[in-house]
Amino acid sequence: MTLDQLKVSQSGTIKAVGGQGALRRRLLDMGLTPGTKIMVRKVAPLGDPIELYLRGYELTLRQEDARQIELWEAEP
Amino acid sequence: MKLTFALIGNQNCGKTTLFNQLTGSNQHVGNFPGVTVDKKEGPIRKHPDATVVDLPGIYSLSPYTTEEVVTSDFLIRDKPDAIINILDATNIERNLYLTLQLMELRMPMVLAFNMMDEVRASGVSIDIPTLSERMGVPIVPISASKNEGVDELVSRAIEVAEKKIRPGTMDFCVGEVHRAIHSIAHIVEDHAQERDIPVRYAATKLVEGDPAMTRTLGISEREIDIIGHIVDDLEKNLHTDREAALADMRYDAIQRLTADTVKKPTAAQEESRSVRMDRILTHKVWAIPIFLGIMLLVFWLTFGVVGKVLSDLLSWGIGEITDLVDGLLTRAQVNLGLHSLVIDGVFAGVGSVLSFLPTIVVLFFFLSMLEDSGYMARVAFIMDKLLRKIGLSGRSFVPMLIGLGCSVPAIMATRTLSSERDRKMTMLLIPFMSCSAKLPIYAVFTAAFFPEYGALVMMALYVMGMVLAVVMGLLLKNSLFKGNPVPFVLELPAYRFPSFKSVMLHMWDKAKDFLQRAFTIIFYATIIIWVLQNFDIRGNMVIDSAESILAAIGAWIAPVFAPLGFGSWQCATALISGLTAKEAVVSTMAVLLGAQSPELLGPMLTEFFTPLTAFSFLTFTLLYTPCVAALAALRREMGKVSQVIMVTVGQIGIAWVAAFAVYQVGRLFVG
Repeated sequence: MTLDQLKVSQSGTIKAVGGQGALRRRLLDMGLTPGTKIMVRKVAPLGDPIELYLRGYELTLRQEDARQIELWEAEP
Repeated sequence: MKLTFALIGNQNCGKTTLFNQLTGSNQHVGNFPGVTVDKKEGPIRKHPDATVVDLPGIYSLSPYTTEEVVTSDFLIRDKPDAIINILDATNIERNLYLTLQLMELRMPMVLAFNMMDEVRASGVSIDIPTLSERMGVPIVPISASKNEGVDELVSRAIEVAEKKIRPGTMDFCVGEVHRAIHSIAHIVEDHAQERDIPVRYAATKLVEGDPAMTRTLGISEREIDIIGHIVDDLEKNLHTDREAALADMRYDAIQRLTADTVKKPTAAQEESRSVRMDRILTHKVWAIPIFLGIMLLVFWLTFGVVGKVLSDLLSWGIGEITDLVDGLLTRAQVNLGLHSLVIDGVFAGVGSVLSFLPTIVVLFFFLSMLEDSGYMARVAFIMDKLLRKIGLSGRSFVPMLIGLGCSVPAIMATRTLSSERDRKMTMLLIPFMSCSAKLPIYAVFTAAFFPEYGALVMMALYVMGMVLAVVMGLLLKNSLFKGNPVPFVLELPAYRFPSFKSVMLHMWDKAKDFLQRAFTIIFYATIIIWVLQNFDIRGNMVIDSAESILAAIGAWIAPVFAPLGFGSWQCATALISGLTAKEAVVSTMAVLLGAQSPELLGPMLTEFFTPLTAFSFLTFTLLYTPCVAALAALRREMGKVSQVIMVTVGQIGIAWVAAFAVYQVGRLFVG
């Protein structure tokens, strides 16, 4: 499954980061590397982007970019 | 000995606060060559020989964004004597990621662990001596906002710079990546040394696949081939790709560094204050009303209460001085032309420009509060979806909104956007937001022509501006700004109370910036307009403004406006004088039509315009070139005069086409 499919307050562990170029590098730089635990904190009022919690800080990214991030499994 | 320090850190780590503590108000703001990225520098207090350069807030030294490239270039080419790397200690893992990349440069370096007071308060403990020893870099705990540890930081920085203490050769890579980096380092060692580039840094860049580094090093085809093979092996053995492998390696190293040196309390995790605040501030339903409420309050306070009081006070002061000088000039029987130049040119011109100042100062007071508190990132989160379609992100929302008040601070506010592309695009779209100076024009015209539908007509104008901004955004996105936008991967920093000093310095900065322009470009422009208004072509002063050069120019270009329905020289002249400030359109009109006051102008206008041509005129006023002050702001932020000229021409073109469409289409219905 991919990160955009996680529901609010669900967590998952990153399996792989897809995409390319600037976006992919940015995701990696911000700490979205394989094996990282990540939780969806919130969805923006207009339905997009989403707010994530990882490595002790809050990050926001768009649904379409979250689709590039593959997860192992969802944890409640 | 002269020393230069580079101040580097992530966004939101308190870098600007530290920079302000280091330099006080003694700062010089400029641009990095060729790009509109701020370069601030200043001497360190009590150390006049030490200069600190504030580099953009970045998360990595990747080759993808202008800010990152500018930073790497500065470090490699300008070779500062030492790096001061500031980290947000409450978020140490992600902040160390940049540190590990900086260490590869093998430049003298000192780490400043900022916000240590917050770290301690939250019950986290960081074993700084052990961490420092492992990394081979001195670490100084500080609290920039409280000015704690800053003196210690400065003395350590000067020490590493003078003694050239480079980071220890901590090898944080292991296994496959280690092998790859070292093999490549071996290959490119000579190339790198020849060009004075740190070997390890060059090797890592090559593993990452940075084409610029390949070019800079000037390595041969054969060597490129070998490096390719090494990287292929790496990717095959790790079942991942080069960029992920390196990012993974760095975060892995950070894990090992911090596993036993950073201890977080294991007690039941209490939700942080920021998360609790966000429950309301980014709430599904309340977020947008709260945001609009905040902006409304800011606008009301800026343009309505505080700004108005200050503006009135200022214009009262200017008025008094003007009267005083006027009296003196009369008594001294100074030449009438000179007298008029001083009073009608200099004082009136500079006075009208200075009336912007209170607005700018007050607005930037609120804006820096919103920015420094961390709320601006939330606005981006809330509003992103609206601006995404035109190729911008939520970060551009606030500058555009300010455009409804005044384009000048709106353009200046684009500085806070983190990408050059977004900055330029936002600046181009801001003038479409109808600024408050155009309101008097709308008011006079709607009262004269659409007394019953005044509100509706004004609304139509505002909406037209916004619709055209969207259309322009789409056009720009698919033409000039075709390149990939900077990804919207944005940190939502913890809410913090803004530092008073930073807010004040920011205000001072903007005020100074504006004043410098007010007394140069804007000053000259008002003088030129004054000359045009008061002299005829033979250089004689005119009493009737209809004989002035401006009127002659107006008459000359008036035919251009004929297809728009208002081809009279008075209209053209009024539009030209609108360049100094949009309010001038009305006052010039009044003068040229011989109205004693703007109130009497309305009835006279009805002889000049039909409702349709009036609306066409308003359309043109809405869209054509903003005032000189806004152009000066554009020139400052865009850097190039040629671009400003292009923008000006473009806007006049758009205004002409839109007014033409309004008039010609309208004629089909009105007859």
